[in-house]
Amino acid sequence: MNDPLIIAGTQIRSRFFLGTGKFSSYPLMRDSIEASGAHVVTVALRRIDPTQEQENILGFIPKGCLVMVNTSGARNAEEAVRIAHLGRAMGCGPWVKIEVIADQRYLLPDNAETIKAARQLASEGFVVMPYMNPDLSDAKRLQDAGVASVMPLGAPIGTNKGVLTRDMIRILVESLNVPVIVDAGIGRPSHAAEAMELGAAAVLSNTAVAVSPDPAATARAFALAVEAGRLAYRAGISPSRDNPEASSPLTGFLH
Amino acid sequence: MPEEGRPCDIPGVLEKETLSEADFLSLLSESALPFLESMAQKARELTIRHFGRVISLYAPLYLSNYCDNECLYCGFNRKNMIRRKTLSLEELKREAGQIRGMGIQHLLLLTGDSRSHSPLSYIQECVGFLKTIFSSISVEIYPLETEEYRQLAACGVDGLTLYQETYDEKLYAALHVSGPKRDYRFRLEGPERGCRAGLRQVNIGALLGLGDLRREIFFLGRHARWLQHCYPDVETGISLPRLKRHEGIVFEGRTVSDREFVQMMLALRLFLPQGPLAISTREPYDFRRRLIGLGVTRMSAGSSTQVGGYGSGEKTEGQFEIQDKSSVEDIKRMIAEKGYQAVLKDWQPL
Repeated sequence: MNDPLIIAGTQIRSRFFLGTGKFSSYPLMRDSIEASGAHVVTVALRRIDPTQEQENILGFIPKGCLVMVNTSGARNAEEAVRIAHLGRAMGCGPWVKIEVIADQRYLLPDNAETIKAARQLASEGFVVMPYMNPDLSDAKRLQDAGVASVMPLGAPIGTNKGVLTRDMIRILVESLNVPVIVDAGIGRPSHAAEAMELGAAAVLSNTAVAVSPDPAATARAFALAVEAGRLAYRAGISPSRDNPEASSPLTGFLH
Repeated sequence: MPEEGRPCDIPGVLEKETLSEADFLSLLSESALPFLESMAQKARELTIRHFGRVISLYAPLYLSNYCDNECLYCGFNRKNMIRRKTLSLEELKREAGQIRGMGIQHLLLLTGDSRSHSPLSYIQECVGFLKTIFSSISVEIYPLETEEYRQLAACGVDGLTLYQETYDEKLYAALHVSGPKRDYRFRLEGPERGCRAGLRQVNIGALLGLGDLRREIFFLGRHARWLQHCYPDVETGISLPRLKRHEGIVFEGRTVSDREFVQMMLALRLFLPQGPLAISTREPYDFRRRLIGLGVTRMSAGSSTQVGGYGSGEKTEGQFEIQDKSSVEDIKRMIAEKGYQAVLKDWQPL
């Protein structure tokens, strides 16, 4: 099936994106990326250590992957912009995932500051993907700012609770022209499939893979679930219902 | 709320997602002791979920051991006839080079409590140099005014460590016989001033063994949660230094057993799932190894508590005795053997 995901002119080979934090070792992280076939991987700039040759995280990203720096640690737009600039200066390329988090307890994104940072970075030619709380007005502001996609959270980071924001995600998918990539809270492959069935263009996961007993196998399971969810979406599988309904309760008398 | 004469429902508390202060009290109580393993399992799961399988490493650098205080539990007590020293900038460069050579990127800068021997201008000068070679710098110095913390943040300091030592005000008065540190409230409010000044991290702690252990941990946990609530953009962490016998220490306090220590640490982790927890080289290697996976997220490594202790020349006596003398490489190996990754760089100066 011809169903390419194209972002900023680049055809993305996998709709499963993988974050690189929280792994118990870099080799295990590399194995997980390879096992999943992920094309886009996010790397926190704060963890990149160009002074280290042997222990530089970038040295463990398989060739052919697209590295997207994230601005983890930024508490406002100004810091996010500075981190993005540092990433570019380190040679990490123009792809940047904006993360502005002013709440260390729940790690929820600050949409207002994210929009500010997105406007500036997009105007400077970055390929901007903002992590956000799924609010339609804010998503449209981001779209107008020139982002390449929006990345709404499924649930708070690290909670593994799945697509708690499913109605909001569905509304974003229906309303936006840019791809919607569900990020955060995806704890199981079935959650990833669910997000894709809703029409998400891709899913990003990190915690659920990195801290699982077998990260490589889990990463592969996620990638397959994302593919299955995409196929289901394209096939037009009807959404599930909470309560079973008779087939034609109102018009059955016409048959 | 645990009521007198009624057992606490520890399994019920362990089912909860967010703990109340009453739940925290239950976990600190003796009723929780039979449930240590269940607490450990949950603490491990929460820590891995929030921090991943990683342990951040840092090292302390003592700039000066001059002190104007008379604290009965501290080797730097001004009454103690020990060699006193403040590093010159040249010595600092040599010390910093040694520490950086071990691979350390996160530095904790310490001084005794003496504004005359280690004034803010001196600390700023040191930070000005250190920020060119380290990724992150925190300070553990005498408490400052908000504006002074702001100046430190502006010159490149990311974090503040300030232990209240004891939350028991009467005991605090008895242990701090003379000197500026006698001002309980000014110290207590120090972390908040640091938060207001824009520092990225604050780290608080009580010196375990001074006061009633359970009370101390309860107030420490409340203090941390309150800071988290008022300053959500600041990462509020906790350290658990255990008082150890050392030369020059007048007040030896009471010994906190490993079992008590672990219970306190687990209760704190469950009460504050997102708070970093630091364990220093005051604790021996084997104990530190066992604590990985129970809630610890930061460890010092390769440490010296002496001024000049990394080999810049003449050195002084240490503030406390280092129990874990392992090298940074040994600690990294130990962490890897436990199935975790040692993280040396976790910040990028902006």
